[in-house]
Amino acid sequence: MERTTLDLWVGIFVAAGMAAILVLALKVGNFSLNGSSTYPVYAYFDNIGGLKPRAPIKSAGVVVGRVAAIAFDQKQYKARVTLNIDKQYQFSKDSTASILTSGLLGEQYIGIDTGADDQMLKAGDTITLTQSAIVLEKLIGQFIFNKAGSGNHQ
Amino acid sequence: MLDLLRKLGHTAIDAIWRLGYAGRFFFLTLIGSGSSFRRFHLIIREIYYTGVRSLIIIVVSGLFVGMVLALQGYETLQRYGSSSALGVLVALALVRELGPVVSALLFASRAGSAITAEIGLMKATEQLSAMEMMAVDPIARVVAPRFWSGVISLPLLTAIFNAMGIFGGYLIGVVLIGVDEGSFWSQMQAGVDFREDIMNGVIKSFVFGIAVTLIAVFEGYDSPPTAEGVSGATTRTVVTSSLIILILDFVLTSFMFRGV
Repeated sequence: MERTTLDLWVGIFVAAGMAAILVLALKVGNFSLNGSSTYPVYAYFDNIGGLKPRAPIKSAGVVVGRVAAIAFDQKQYKARVTLNIDKQYQFSKDSTASILTSGLLGEQYIGIDTGADDQMLKAGDTITLTQSAIVLEKLIGQFIFNKAGSGNHQ
Repeated sequence: MLDLLRKLGHTAIDAIWRLGYAGRFFFLTLIGSGSSFRRFHLIIREIYYTGVRSLIIIVVSGLFVGMVLALQGYETLQRYGSSSALGVLVALALVRELGPVVSALLFASRAGSAITAEIGLMKATEQLSAMEMMAVDPIARVVAPRFWSGVISLPLLTAIFNAMGIFGGYLIGVVLIGVDEGSFWSQMQAGVDFREDIMNGVIKSFVFGIAVTLIAVFEGYDSPPTAEGVSGATTRTVVTSSLIILILDFVLTSFMFRGV
């Protein structure tokens, strides 16, 4: 059995297909080889609004991790959010986690503002200072209530 | 009235009969593929005819699908002032849906019909019976290499289609319309996930490859050994595999992208 031009064409075809997958992985997708170098931190929120798993976690606008899971805690009646933070970023123990929205109608993400504590958050720790998502309906309701209240006093 | 009822019943029973036969045929093909992997040059030859020969149609249509997506997407996105999200729109539409589905449809009509016609004609000219007379299993020698060539080729063709489509979207979006190049690529990279989007697209095209080639080889093998029979079988291949692709696509999408 000897080599034929047919083998060459099939080789080119397979190489082109593999190259296309590689281009898709590296240029189009966010394929990262160090996918497991994160540590989990937990945070409890009264209301998570529209936060979804895989939403970004940002500090000063830079993505430092992703939301791993969201569950309902039956004892505290709060939402328990698991945050996977990249190992290269450390935050102090008294950091604040708040749910923010990018733009008026954009996706929701978690913002971390670091505190002043010397001790850093370790894997499995819980962020105690949290700020829930702003629910637009509640905000509007409050505004109308205040308006009506101030109208009666005049 | 009774005649109509009888015809209806005959059609239904015939369909179920064929389905069972196709299942047994699939099983025999899997058994026969062991020996065809040992003679890999047979599969290489079939990859040339099904995969390499389909490259041109895949490349050209991928390019144009991406270009159209960019034009239409830009039209809508700029109304909301978010034309920088054009990259993520083109990439997600291609990688998740259009890439696997359109390449599978093209593959079914370009390569699937050829496989059916070839095997059907082999049967009509009694080449398959001649092989059996020589104690060569036609399923291992003729059917299995064609089946595997399709299963290997379609995911590769889909990847090429996606890459060309994104390149087409880049040509129209960035070079022609003038969307910012940095935000085009960075939004795409932020919005497309390797496992969730790209790998699920590859899995889809793999499933479509199995379905399309299985239908093609089965219709050829089962075709009546006449000129009419072969032509009917070729038509049925294209029609059935197009329908199956679209139905399977719905089923797979509802499993993969539940919108968390």
